[in-house]
Amino acid sequence: MVIIGFTHFDELLSALRKRDYTVIGPVARDGAIALDVILSASDLPKGCHDEQQPGSYFLRHEEDEAIFGYVVGPQSWKKYLYPPRLKLFSAKREGKGFEIVSDSATPSPKYAFLGVRPCEIGAIKINDSVFDGGQYSDARYVSTRKDACVIAVNCTRPAGNCFCVSMNTGPRATHAFDLALTEICENGTHHFVVDVGSELGQSILEDVTHRQAEKNEIERALDLLSTSAAGMCKSLETEGLPQLLNDNYEHPEWDDVAKRCLACANCTMVCPTCFCSTVDDITDLTGDHAERWRRWDSCFTSDFTKIAGGNIRMSTRTRYRQWMMHKLAHWHDQFGTSGCVGCGRCITWCPVGIDITHEAQHIRETSISTINS
Amino acid sequence: MPAKKPKLAVFKFASCDGCQLSLLDAEDELLPVAGAVEIANFPEASRRVLRGPYDIGLVEGSITTPHDVERIRHIRKECKVLITIGACATAGGIQALRNWKDVKEFTRLVYASPEHISTLDRSMPVGSYVHVDFELRGCPINKYQLLEVVNAYLNKRKPNIPAHSLCIDCKTKGNICVMVAKGTPCLGPVTQVGCGAICPSFNRGCYGCFGPMENPNPASLSKQLKELEMGNHDIMLLFRGFNAYAEAFRKESDAHEK
Ligand code: SF4
Ligand code: SF4
Ligand code: SF4
Ligand code: SF4
Repeated sequence: MVIIGFTHFDELLSALRKRDYTVIGPVARDGAIALDVILSASDLPKGCHDEQQPGSYFLRHEEDEAIFGYVVGPQSWKKYLYPPRLKLFSAKREGKGFEIVSDSATPSPKYAFLGVRPCEIGAIKINDSVFDGGQYSDARYVSTRKDACVIAVNCTRPAGNCFCVSMNTGPRATHAFDLALTEICENGTHHFVVDVGSELGQSILEDVTHRQAEKNEIERALDLLSTSAAGMCKSLETEGLPQLLNDNYEHPEWDDVAKRCLACANCTMVCPTCFCSTVDDITDLTGDHAERWRRWDSCFTSDFTKIAGGNIRMSTRTRYRQWMMHKLAHWHDQFGTSGCVGCGRCITWCPVGIDITHEAQHIRETSISTINS
Repeated sequence: MPAKKPKLAVFKFASCDGCQLSLLDAEDELLPVAGAVEIANFPEASRRVLRGPYDIGLVEGSITTPHDVERIRHIRKECKVLITIGACATAGGIQALRNWKDVKEFTRLVYASPEHISTLDRSMPVGSYVHVDFELRGCPINKYQLLEVVNAYLNKRKPNIPAHSLCIDCKTKGNICVMVAKGTPCLGPVTQVGCGAICPSFNRGCYGCFGPMENPNPASLSKQLKELEMGNHDIMLLFRGFNAYAEAFRKESDAHEK
């Protein structure tokens, strides 16, 4: 492991730009951490610390110099990997049908994602299995992802809704990054302990002033990360969870959560692994030119489950159940992993603070074994 | 495109004309619309009136007088497709606030000779008197939604007008939620999308201009508003806005009235 001093951090950004990356990273905006283009280290949120609770988020500003002193905000890298709105193609009328004008999909820039948290690496790996795993792959996702450079940041302090330890995704990044940084900002020291994860990461590092890390510096970083893991207040018991939920398909808790759930879909919008979308076909007034746009959709909307003959999920009860069971049960059948990486976003950004870990725990404690209907 | 241009007529009831003006406001887009349809009646734009029947009728405003009732029934017969535009036509509008009071008392206070005023007790949405084919929400409507619905009609396709929560647009725009990050009361989680999340984009809570979304849950939102230290009276007022008489908002405001 090596050390990059805070004063040389801008060299990292230059090294990325030199390789034609558009650097995306955290910025403080409107009282929270958002993701946006980063031009220099001064764009990063200095001295910002987040406090997260179910349905509540607060960004504290302090005098310290830490630039990664917070964890995940409402946005995630899916904003760039599969944008909320994307034109898929345009078409023009030819006789009785339409001809697709295929060159319309705008290619994405080459991104360097700076400040990817360990749970988010887990989420990106899940995105990979969704968009590039099976019979069908999403060409735009695949190329954006292939070109992307991942600079991870380990979490030396979890937020109130983090439960990555339960989901085995954090708070330390172990794979799928080019570089992983642990920020140490204490007692007059401000530097990053850096793990190199790929050849690309190694070559970027060559352009940045660094030195070998001392044993005690590595130990301090590892210490902070184990304290962080130990200090995580939230957890999700995953043992046998898919079966448990399948057995409790008719549990009264689904009715109870439906009383609280607004079906507003905030949870699915902020979840880094929720990937559902719909398409809108639009035309100009003449009807001679058409476009197909993809936009994020959610299992909480009514249109989502409207099929020929009616709607298969009319109530909020069935929609919440669908969402949670997909994340925690059916995902295993579909993709071989849990769909939840424990980032806590759905809990923080739910306007009424519905907590997926509490719902699961409640069902576990009051489990009724029903036959699946 | 059909050989004969469809006839489009705009009708006005109790309203401020803001929704009609939204169509005029779509200057760049209005010319092609004017080319694609025959505008048979559009009081804000032209004095020319063509006789019915009409292919598309856009109705602005709420029904507030016995004469309105006669007129809307007649208009319904004249229009193949009837689309209500705006909070007045779809929910009774801001003037539906009078539905909670005695209207005679208002007429006595406002008019010198109240005996000449002929009015109904309540300001009601068009849909409570005649069948409505499509509702365009908003106070005022979003001009792009209006163009979309006319466009969809002309091209015989489904209009892309979703009925889900405002939060979806708010999040896809990249806004930071004012309710979660600032504790600002916001009706977004119970309000239908369509405005482009204007208020939260300017760090304000949503006022519910587009009315209740598909299966809304205002009771749960109110509970959270109480957590944010909003009192019953303020919650009542929040739901009693432009869409006060839309059922879900009406019930919720009533539930918080002392
Ligand atoms: S869940 Fe874990 S990895 Fe994710 S932000 Fe929180 S502490 Fe970091
Ligand atoms: S379900 Fe919630 S905690 Fe799990 S990954 Fe999605 S947003 Fe994060
Ligand atoms: S769980 Fe929360 S965020 Fe998700 S739809 Fe329900 S109320 Fe909205
Ligand atoms: S600001 Fe309002 S509309 Fe936007 S996500 Fe929050 S609750 Fe929904």
